[in-house]
Amino acid sequence: MGPIMDLTIFGFLVQDGLTTGAVYILLAVSLVMVFTVTRIVLVPQGEFVAFATLTLAGLERGDAPGLAWLLVAAGVLAFVMDLSAARRRGSRRGIAAAAVLFLAVPAVLAAVALYGIGASTPLAAKIAVTCAMVVALGPILYRVAFQPMAAASPLYLLIAAIALHFVLVGAGLYLFGPEGVRTSPLLDGSTEVLSMPVSVQTLLILAASLGLNLALFAFFGFTLQGKALRATAVNRRGAELVGVSADYAGQLTFALAAAIGALSGVLIGPVTTIYYDSGFLLGLKGFVGAIIGGLAAYPAAAVGALLVGLLEAFSSFWASAYKEVIVFTLIVPVLLWRSLAHVAVEEDHD
Amino acid sequence: MNRRNKSACAAVLMGLSCLAAGSAQADITVGVIISATGPAASVGVTQQRTVPLLPKEIGGERVNYIVLDDASDTTTTVKQAKKLISDDKVDVLLGPSLTPNSLALIDQMAETGTPMISLAGSGAIVEPVDDKRRWVFKTPQSDGQMARAIIQHMTSQGIRSVGFISFNDAYGEGWAASFRSLAEQVGIKIVASERYQRTDTSVTGQTLKLISANPDAVFIAASGTPAVLPQATLVERGFRKPIYQTHGVANNDFLRVGGKNVEGTLLPGGPVLVAEQLPDSHPAKAPSLEFIRLYEALPNAGMRSTFAAYLWDASLILKAAVPEALKTAKPGAPAFRAALRDAIEGVKDVVATNGVYSMSASDHLGLDSRSRVMIRIENGGWRLVP
Repeated sequence: MGPIMDLTIFGFLVQDGLTTGAVYILLAVSLVMVFTVTRIVLVPQGEFVAFATLTLAGLERGDAPGLAWLLVAAGVLAFVMDLSAARRRGSRRGIAAAAVLFLAVPAVLAAVALYGIGASTPLAAKIAVTCAMVVALGPILYRVAFQPMAAASPLYLLIAAIALHFVLVGAGLYLFGPEGVRTSPLLDGSTEVLSMPVSVQTLLILAASLGLNLALFAFFGFTLQGKALRATAVNRRGAELVGVSADYAGQLTFALAAAIGALSGVLIGPVTTIYYDSGFLLGLKGFVGAIIGGLAAYPAAAVGALLVGLLEAFSSFWASAYKEVIVFTLIVPVLLWRSLAHVAVEEDHD
Repeated sequence: MNRRNKSACAAVLMGLSCLAAGSAQADITVGVIISATGPAASVGVTQQRTVPLLPKEIGGERVNYIVLDDASDTTTTVKQAKKLISDDKVDVLLGPSLTPNSLALIDQMAETGTPMISLAGSGAIVEPVDDKRRWVFKTPQSDGQMARAIIQHMTSQGIRSVGFISFNDAYGEGWAASFRSLAEQVGIKIVASERYQRTDTSVTGQTLKLISANPDAVFIAASGTPAVLPQATLVERGFRKPIYQTHGVANNDFLRVGGKNVEGTLLPGGPVLVAEQLPDSHPAKAPSLEFIRLYEALPNAGMRSTFAAYLWDASLILKAAVPEALKTAKPGAPAFRAALRDAIEGVKDVVATNGVYSMSASDHLGLDSRSRVMIRIENGGWRLVP
């Protein structure tokens, strides 16, 4: 029996592809950002998404959020590492900042999440606490897992990233349990676009994705921090010579990546069921998009991610049993084309 | 956790000696392998809680239980079964909780001549009863029986065409095959057959195809909370006709995640799920209520669980079979295991929570149509469909 495709179905599929594509864009852009600044392929990017959804769902249910404990424990570890590094260096510079970032902020957020959230707390406050916790986790993870080996080759960093992914998935199973969650919708109802019903949640996802991409564009283009990150991305050693700390750049990048992940998690929580291990596949789809952009170009990565979303929507209509095969096969011709069309550029030889 | 720790835990759990096998030669030793941790933890944990309820004495003999947790891992199951059989000299094995793990033990049970009562779903564990499966029994209703219940209900509702969507894996394909052949027999047409991944975040494409085929009903062959997504998408897309699910969704997490999207869902299930609503004439009512009373009185047990009821039923079958076996042999010897196998195969009309078990040489499940009821989800709870 041949599938019947009419304009309505076509419209719905485009809508679906754009919605998932919008989330993949966020992840792809984040992957490109982290890779250019730190040369890390951020495999655990998806975990930020899953942790945000699971934490928000936990707060909605009134459970004690497991993420708070992970945040505090990892924060203490990061602080101890900073402390011992300072002792080796023989200087106390930066310890106060580390105490704030790794001890005080996680402790305050954990306290708020554990004791400050009740049944009557508005949804916006719960979302804010969730995002703040995930964002705080970003720099801590960079400090613990990557900063000690920041100068290593991309291959070592990739292996460390994979290890961190497994640690986080394991922690996720322990903290959140094996079952899935859905969060309550941010906005209910639907509206009409081009005489087609479109759910408001979908529009929200599209708007948020667009807004965040514009914000990132502005950040990298017009702020000192953004320019510092771009400088590190272009030439790490050169940036250090003009006073941009590589450690600072790495931690800031991870905070941004975590923020993008947290926002993605809040956005897709109401439209799908998220499990402790759902993040990996989301991140992988974003990665396919990022690869299309060569892990270097933001617009190309965004287009690639959108393409993945649309391809997924249409292949799930035409041949649902082969959907994943089709999506991941896309990477082969793209890699072929890129390796034939571009001369390989080795990482900085310093 | 290593093996010794695990058995130590198990022993503490039951207040029994760790050296059960060594110290009590004449006692009956029952090995229990369940998946209390790992991906299937939600299944095995409820069974682990049930162990203290199992009978401490059958036919005048003391019964010792040795409980091991296979962490949902097939290789671990095989190792643990080997240990239970060769070191602990168990007379019978209850479990494992999962289908792949149960299938992996069939050879070992036959080689060592040890009877096993599996707690897993697939019919392939006991069908067909051949030289190896002679030693293997099970308590949960098989998928085929549940599929028949769904087909029966569809026929009674005058449903002539069905849209089908299932997991894109062995579980889903198994359902697709058995459902298609049963549907063809009664003339129900499958107008769309779709697949999705457990991990998918969107099934809009499949859903649109199902709706555009305009079926009288949709059947979702999935399990646990991942079964919510297709149904939620169908409802969001305005599909208002009946939606059927399998008994794989009969747990409270499905209700929690599904919320108002799964209201009105029809599914087959074991009678224990709706024990209070069963008519008094239903044979499973009394044993189910008894089991629920015992189970829900356990500390931290929470709501009843059909998975726990499978283990309970296995113990009821043992209760009927062990006295027969004791007439011919003493526990701890191969002769007793053989006698116990024969006795289990011979049990008739064992009234239990999942129905009435009557085993035979060709049927090592022994359940009939009294083992399943149709259930509708109403107001976030399970309602018996009369």
